[in-house]
Amino acid sequence: MIDIEATKQVIYNMPQLFWMFGAGATLVLITGFYCLVMTYNLIRALIGLELLTKSATLFIILAGYVTGRTGLAQALAITLIIIEVVVIAVAVGIVLCVFKHNKSIDARLLRNIKG
Amino acid sequence: MTINTILIVLLVLAGVWTVMTARLLRSVIGLAVTSVLLTIIMFRLDSPLAAVFELSVCAGLISAIFISSIGLTQRLTDEQAATKQKERLTRLWFLPVLLVLVGIVMTQLQIPLDFIKQTAPSENDVRIIMWNLRHLDMLGQIVILLAGAFGVVSLFKD
Amino acid sequence: MLSLFLLIPLAVIVMLNLPFKGVMRKLAFGAGLLLAVGQVVVVVLLAMGLLSETDVRVPFTLGLSTDNLTLVLLLSIGIVICTTLLVGWQTIKPEKQRFNFVNLVLIAMIGMNGTVMLSDLFSLYIFIEVTAVSSFLLIAFQRGLNALEGAFKYIVLSATATILMLLAISILLLASGGTSFETVKNSLGQFKDNPLVVLAVGIFICGLFIKGGLVPFHGWLPAAYSAAPAATSIMLAGIATKVAGIYALIRVVTSVFTINGSINNILLIAGVVSILVGAFAAMGQNDFKRMLAYSSISQIGYIILGLGCGTALGIIGAVFHLFNHSIFKTLLFVNSAAVEEQSGTTDMSKLGGLQAKMPVTNATSLIAFLSTAGVPPLAGFWSKLLIVIALWQSGFYTYASIAVIASVLTLAYLLIMQRKVFFGKLADGLQNVQEAGFGINLAASLLAIITIVVGVLFPFIFNSVIMPIGNFIK
Repeated sequence: MIDIEATKQVIYNMPQLFWMFGAGATLVLITGFYCLVMTYNLIRALIGLELLTKSATLFIILAGYVTGRTGLAQALAITLIIIEVVVIAVAVGIVLCVFKHNKSIDARLLRNIKG
Repeated sequence: MTINTILIVLLVLAGVWTVMTARLLRSVIGLAVTSVLLTIIMFRLDSPLAAVFELSVCAGLISAIFISSIGLTQRLTDEQAATKQKERLTRLWFLPVLLVLVGIVMTQLQIPLDFIKQTAPSENDVRIIMWNLRHLDMLGQIVILLAGAFGVVSLFKD
Repeated sequence: MLSLFLLIPLAVIVMLNLPFKGVMRKLAFGAGLLLAVGQVVVVVLLAMGLLSETDVRVPFTLGLSTDNLTLVLLLSIGIVICTTLLVGWQTIKPEKQRFNFVNLVLIAMIGMNGTVMLSDLFSLYIFIEVTAVSSFLLIAFQRGLNALEGAFKYIVLSATATILMLLAISILLLASGGTSFETVKNSLGQFKDNPLVVLAVGIFICGLFIKGGLVPFHGWLPAAYSAAPAATSIMLAGIATKVAGIYALIRVVTSVFTINGSINNILLIAGVVSILVGAFAAMGQNDFKRMLAYSSISQIGYIILGLGCGTALGIIGAVFHLFNHSIFKTLLFVNSAAVEEQSGTTDMSKLGGLQAKMPVTNATSLIAFLSTAGVPPLAGFWSKLLIVIALWQSGFYTYASIAVIASVLTLAYLLIMQRKVFFGKLADGLQNVQEAGFGINLAASLLAIITIVVGVLFPFIFNSVIMPIGNFIK
């Protein structure tokens, strides 16, 4: 059964809410990309990646709230967080191995492979 | 309404501070602060389970991973740190300007938002969705955790 | 029964890691090979109709489904994983690394099997990530500096592609209230003109382009392929990038976004540019594996060109070329693994005249490069012919002619490679080189035989095996 009153309430609040949170998430996205592109430090690149993930999580939760499917959105967000943890853990492992070789985490020293 | 605005502004500011701050440790703390703000926003968006997960995993586990990795990699001497700080400011001053410009552009866009579905979902409890409806996702998560475990073993154990 | 493709490898991994470590470590390669060969056998039986999905009842049905496209890919996955394990058995020496290698390859196999059988956008993301994480680890697990660098570049670009896909999924969730293929397809039919939804479709396709290594997002591919250990390059080039990027693109474009004009144009342009950039870049390379990586980019361009054509013949040509590419590219990488293991280098200026010392490798390399260049009667010729005919029939005369010209370029650079490495005088320092070990020879010969058989039998199997592949397009 569709709850008319609750749906009407949700639609009334919709555009402003969606807009604000969407704008905020987009700004975080741009910040994350900027950090990823403009850094020479490997760990800071991973921090940029983390910011991008937060923005994506916010987008998914927002989409879930706005359509009323909070259950599905939460399931997706939890899965997303688990997968990103594994990726970041592997990436940090690789950075530590690079450090053992190079004694530095400067990305400019990783120019052995051209292109 | 106003609480939401404050939370959004704080989130973006925390993100910008994470990127622009000079020292790596402060950057990681900024990341943790961003996680906490995101958790509060998720609570307000009716997603308590995901919010708790985000708090415990991102603000806890990932910060621990980053801080331990920073501890294991060498610190710069003081003069190297000073030159790096000058270099970084010349690269990063563009960021707040870019964000303000994008914000202005976005307020002028007129995107039609009339596609939002209005039917109620069949099932809205997160636990039931995860365990009964999306088995394939659960299998995927188990496999990726296994992959992470093997990865850590193969990269670290001598 | 389909969930067994995922659950049996998982069970084998769990069993390999239980106590009784000593015995289990020795059995690891054998178990992996058995799984891969078993997969090939089951897929062939399924395709011939001798086995049906409902024959084996499992309590866990995970919402998986197959159609002809899936069967072709499951076959390729089985063959390439079998080859990877054979080559890894030969080339990876330290005991601990061998065990980790088998486990990671089995995880990649689960990831790829899952990707080709599912029908939900978010599950697609999850299993592509599983494949990607196991690929990062397979590149980096021997901890050489070049390999770590290649793996890091791959991680950063792959994570960016992931974020793009997730953004698109969230907007599509907004428009459709669900993430399965049918739900999104139905709502896309309704909201075709909404700029936000069009943006979401574009972003998703960009993410898949990055994962598949199409120009202009191919930056990570040569670094990752050439820096990876020999056995990993085989798996990456043969199937992992194809499943995660190209299969996902084919499935999403035909089942969810339903081919229309603008998507076709993007695919055609991306395909043609990839073919040309890959071919020209491959000609100037000195390193064997980097040249093969650029050649991969070029061949993927052919597949995308066939997909962008939009007709059934084009898509069938694309899928057939995907299968052929996984066979002949794997064979080329196996030969490079043999050369690298025996002579210790992949620099083509230092190699030369190996045909006397390595006759099997020379013969199989000859067959592989003739197939890549599209010389009849080998398999590569037929799939390229299908794509060119499909393009010609749809009126894309320029694209068809560029595809044919690029074939000549392919022949050129591969001939240069063959001459530099195998023909000519024996280079200095290579006097002690012997033929590669038994495992590598077996794998190379099997792949060469498959290429020859498929090519020679093509006119006979055209109507019974090749054309029905197109049944998956609704």
